[in-house]
Amino acid sequence: MAQNPYLPHKVKILSIKRQTKIDYTFKLESSIKPDNGQFVEVSLPKIGECPISVSDFGDGWIEMTIRRVGRVTNVLHDLKEGDGMFIRGPYGNGFPLQKYKNKHIVIAAGGTGLAPVKSVVNYFYDRLDLVKQLNLLTGFKSPEDVLFKDELEKWSKDFNVIVTVDQGNKDWTGDVGLITEYVKDMDFSNPEEVEVIVVGPPMMMKFTVQEFLKLGVPEENITVSFERKMCCGIGKCGHCKIDDTYVCLEGPVFNYTKAMELID
Amino acid sequence: MSTVEFNNIISKLLLDYRILAPVCLEGKGTFSGTDLVTYGDIERIQDVVFDRKTVYSAKEVVFPPNETMFYFTEEEFKQPSVDQKGILVFARPCDINAFRRLDAIYLESGPYPDPYYLQLREKLKFVLMECDHGFKNCFCTSTGTNETGDFSLLIRTEEDQIFCLINDAGLEDLISESLASNSMRKVDLQPRFVQRNKTRLQIPDKLDNSLFAHPLWQEYASRCTGCGRCNFSCPTCSCFTMQDVFYRDNPNCGERRRVWASCMIEGYTEMAGGQEVRKTQGERMRFKVMHKFSDFKKRFGFHMCVGCGRCDNVCPEYISLPRCVEKLQEINNGGVS
Ligand SMILES: Cc1cc2nc3c(=O)[nH]c(=O)nc-3n(C[C@H](O)[C@H](O)[C@H](O)COP(=O)(O)OP(=O)(O)OC[C@H]3O[C@@H](n4cnc5c(N)ncnc54)[C@H](O)[C@@H]3O)c2cc1C
Ligand code: SF4
Ligand code: SF4
Ligand code: FES
Repeated sequence: MAQNPYLPHKVKILSIKRQTKIDYTFKLESSIKPDNGQFVEVSLPKIGECPISVSDFGDGWIEMTIRRVGRVTNVLHDLKEGDGMFIRGPYGNGFPLQKYKNKHIVIAAGGTGLAPVKSVVNYFYDRLDLVKQLNLLTGFKSPEDVLFKDELEKWSKDFNVIVTVDQGNKDWTGDVGLITEYVKDMDFSNPEEVEVIVVGPPMMMKFTVQEFLKLGVPEENITVSFERKMCCGIGKCGHCKIDDTYVCLEGPVFNYTKAMELID
Repeated sequence: MSTVEFNNIISKLLLDYRILAPVCLEGKGTFSGTDLVTYGDIERIQDVVFDRKTVYSAKEVVFPPNETMFYFTEEEFKQPSVDQKGILVFARPCDINAFRRLDAIYLESGPYPDPYYLQLREKLKFVLMECDHGFKNCFCTSTGTNETGDFSLLIRTEEDQIFCLINDAGLEDLISESLASNSMRKVDLQPRFVQRNKTRLQIPDKLDNSLFAHPLWQEYASRCTGCGRCNFSCPTCSCFTMQDVFYRDNPNCGERRRVWASCMIEGYTEMAGGQEVRKTQGERMRFKVMHKFSDFKKRFGFHMCVGCGRCDNVCPEYISLPRCVEKLQEINNGGVS
């Protein structure tokens, strides 16, 4: 048989970090070289397969942050350091990093939407001189849902980071309210120079993009990342198709000028 | 040549080929007492049903409804071995053209050709069955798929005589041996193709997002039951879902399979948390129609639907795909508001 793109290979779990009760970050030994924003198909034989974003990567390792929601992800959460899981990929496209150089960047991420952009944030965190300004706006349901607390803490020392929760609790001293409220407060002297990334649940993306447009950010300066059901990741199974576009091939990252025309 | 002579050729071909053709399974139809005309292995020409259209298409030859991709043992993946034989499929022009549609998805879409499809497709040769007349709901003349030159063999049966045109050097060698020893007559044979169907339609050049909000789709929301039969009978529908199973008697072993999926059935787009796009049957009908008559063409340059009419034949709600396309054309022309 010709080279079989459906055959996954085994990767070793180097470490597991519990971000929340249901979100774990797995660091895996792997030599794949993904682009920032790409995803892999993760599987466990006899259980199944699912698409997961690469949340960060480096020499000889990749990291994924996986929420426990069903068949495959439940069992993934039972794995231990040293165990293996299976991956194939990377698939899809990544964020257009070149386009963001010398720009005023705003990354708005809702919930687990922070995972696919984490590597982008880190990329510019390590190269702050490449951009005019870096802002990160993240929103979570509650303080218990906040992901990447250590990184947020670290990043906030060097650039503007806003962490807001829909509903606080007695220990929460940070911001409360929807992300959109914080977008409204942003003040761009030159919106043409602003590059925006919006990733999160569909409603969050829709309303957040609208706020940026209201502030005068041009449509072509907005990048979004989509989530759709995917069974193959390589343009065959059909599940991710919107119009004549395959999210697994031309996405998951889309320029907003394209994304706004994609109607399911 | 005579039936007997032709069956001798079939016996010879069977040494190197699996031969599939429309066959009649008595009593297996949807309703009790009815027959099911479908694809199956044949050993003699009398097994072939020439005068009726199959309910399901020949696509399962290269895209089985349930296909094992690999087996898992404790530490290993093993791919299933395939039969070394070639595959000869009796098919009508629309069905042969349908394979070109499957090729687009399986071989040309995305970065890799699909190895499972490819290994079967490479073995595939077509035996062209002519249609004397269009069958119920056929509209191949409207989709331009009523003719094809892609066949290895053309078979025409008249009374108890069989005429055959060989269009394939490999088969010619095999068959000519038997021909020499027989009392065969040479005739000039040209393939005949249907030029008129009862159902005719004009495919709109422009089907775009502006039609998405049209109330037309709501009609399907209440009529369509989301059974998916239209997709499963379609020779060009290519979607699948992956499924893992383990064996009850040895839970350490199992397999990953792919099974046919249908965009008309609930759950096709369902993601974690129950999120789903296209929740109504109206939206699903719209998606299917747009795929068959617009989206696919934008990507691959030709329409996906080959006008075989099977989806209309199998729909329990008598929903007609060509009728829907006709309405879209009327809307485009400003007819229906
Ligand atoms: C490009 C991309 C990137 C992604 N990145 C990430 C990431 O970084 N991290 C992450 O955690 N997730 C990510 N996801 C989402 C992830 O793929 C899903 O959470 C995953 O597929 C869930 O798989 P599962 O087998 O665990 O859940 P499943 O068992 O498949 O089910 C999940 C949920 O779907 C519903 N469901 C499924 N089947 C049925 C059924 N038959 N009947 C009724 N309801 C059903 C249920 O609500 C269930 O809770 C990404 C998805 C995409 C497309
Ligand atoms: S959409 Fe209907 S008419 Fe067209 S190829 Fe499929 S089954 Fe045949
Ligand atoms: S066969 Fe008819 S009822 Fe069934 S999903 Fe297709 S259109 Fe709907
Ligand atoms: S995930 Fe299968 S076609 Fe995109």
